[in-house]
Amino acid sequence: MDQSIFLILLQDGVVNGAIYALLALCLVMVFAVTRVILIPQGELVSFAALTYATLDTGHVPASLYLLGGLGGAAFLRAAWAKRGTALLWLAVETLVLPAGIAGVTVWLAPQKPGVAVEVLLALAITAPLAPYLYRLAFQPLANASVLVLLVASVGAHLALGGLGLLIFGPEGSRGPGFSTAMLSLGDQVVPGQSLWILGLTLTAMAGLYLFFEFTLLGTALRAVAVNRLGARLVGIRTEQAGLIAFTLAGILGALSGVLVAPLTTIYYDSGFLIGLKGFVAAIVGGLASYPLAVLAALVVGLVESFSAFWASAFKEVIVFTVIIPVLLWRSWRHQDLEDEE
Amino acid sequence: MTLLDVRHLSVAFGGIQAVSDVALRMAHGQIVTVIGPNGAGKTTLLSAIAGIIPASGSVTFGGVDLARHTVESRVAGGLSLVPEKRELFAGMTVAENLRLGGWRLRAQGFRAATRAMDECYALFPRLAERRGQRAGTLSGGERQMLAMARALMAKPTLLMLDEPSLGLAPLIVRDIFRTIRALRETGVSILLVEQNARAALAISDYGYVLEGGRIALEGDGAALAADPRIVEMYLGTAAR
Repeated sequence: MDQSIFLILLQDGVVNGAIYALLALCLVMVFAVTRVILIPQGELVSFAALTYATLDTGHVPASLYLLGGLGGAAFLRAAWAKRGTALLWLAVETLVLPAGIAGVTVWLAPQKPGVAVEVLLALAITAPLAPYLYRLAFQPLANASVLVLLVASVGAHLALGGLGLLIFGPEGSRGPGFSTAMLSLGDQVVPGQSLWILGLTLTAMAGLYLFFEFTLLGTALRAVAVNRLGARLVGIRTEQAGLIAFTLAGILGALSGVLVAPLTTIYYDSGFLIGLKGFVAAIVGGLASYPLAVLAALVVGLVESFSAFWASAFKEVIVFTVIIPVLLWRSWRHQDLEDEE
Repeated sequence: MTLLDVRHLSVAFGGIQAVSDVALRMAHGQIVTVIGPNGAGKTTLLSAIAGIIPASGSVTFGGVDLARHTVESRVAGGLSLVPEKRELFAGMTVAENLRLGGWRLRAQGFRAATRAMDECYALFPRLAERRGQRAGTLSGGERQMLAMARALMAKPTLLMLDEPSLGLAPLIVRDIFRTIRALRETGVSILLVEQNARAALAISDYGYVLEGGRIALEGDGAALAADPRIVEMYLGTAAR
């Protein structure tokens, strides 16, 4: 391996690692606030990527049906539980919003509005799926054990996977790059897309940091994560905190999907594997540490890109094997890591 | 005017009756104490009134039936609990804990919360010195002060305190009780659960004795403190 190949692999690893880091952050955050391990995160990645790719062809993406359907179901579920209070707000969030997004999409899609608008539309269509999913599947179980929540999460993953096949079909597609520019750095060529990915992930991470550190809402979410009862005793509604955490995860998951779409062909189920790599990183961070998760995500990205070079057939195997020594080390260090509150 | 009216309140844990048919009333501006031995159901009673655990019977607060109200909406309605375990946000600073205590004031803007924080610092000067310190590193007394201050940030009408003097040094206990009395002067009503019966009854308008989950005795604070049965069971032997 010469230096230029090394640099290419390094660059690949960092770019993929950045996307895994975004997903890992979401997993850690959602788990901290709601104790849900967000397996359907991967579906959001796929759906955003495929929606983006469809929009670029000038067609109206069928994921609008999913948006409307899930929104409607979330409305019915929440309206049932709420017995008539604050229904108006709920209707705006779960019925009017998807209708608005659908309207704008149907109007804009045939005009091929350009990459920037398509990205925003894909985010708008995909991101709300996460809070709807929360209302539908997780809020009613808010007080259940971590295990029950995990089962619900696996269920949501399978259901969305099936719907994904129905909506997008088995064919894969690839979204357009944000930029066709090629920067040369010495004798190394850096595609503009890589810079977009790094720039947007860093911006998203900085945004998350500022939100959690300096806003009352972000602090409240952290409070729910460290002490649920304490948070309730000051009047913070934990289900609202969960809804916000899922919304953030929806936005970042969709962003990851849109970012990854130009790099590789995405199928309706590709997101699961991508999400799983974020999950590996989140586990290394103990589902608790944000910096560790980001660092681990970079390592996962690098391990993946270098093993793709040396032993491409075993790429995934190597990546997922990395987690075993980490798990062993963790189980030796904390004998009592059963986080059942 | 009745502020809190608890009727036929019962709580059962897996078939064991922790609180049975308790009736409790208190008026605006009162300090009311519930004393009783360990395991009498005092904490359970407060938890049920706060809405943390489900209970049968009725709890009416300021004329509103709380049956369908969650913990959070009870706090929003002016009913705050400082639990025995304090339940602070350990990894966060004193200031952040207080800021979150003012969650209920968030619609009134940053200023209102800051003003409320200054009031808390005036009430507990120790907290002002420690405002940048993490809650988990505070001493027991400071934690209790922070827990009370955090609850006061929500501007409660009724503050429920579960064993505020538990595990604290005598000097700090004296401070805490002095603060409780000062709070009443500012219009906050207080429902107090205490092991330290002597100190609690001394500042109370009315008291209840809870034994085996039932109200065994009730009366004016001074009358209870003089009652020979109370003296024998809670005051005489407890040479604290």
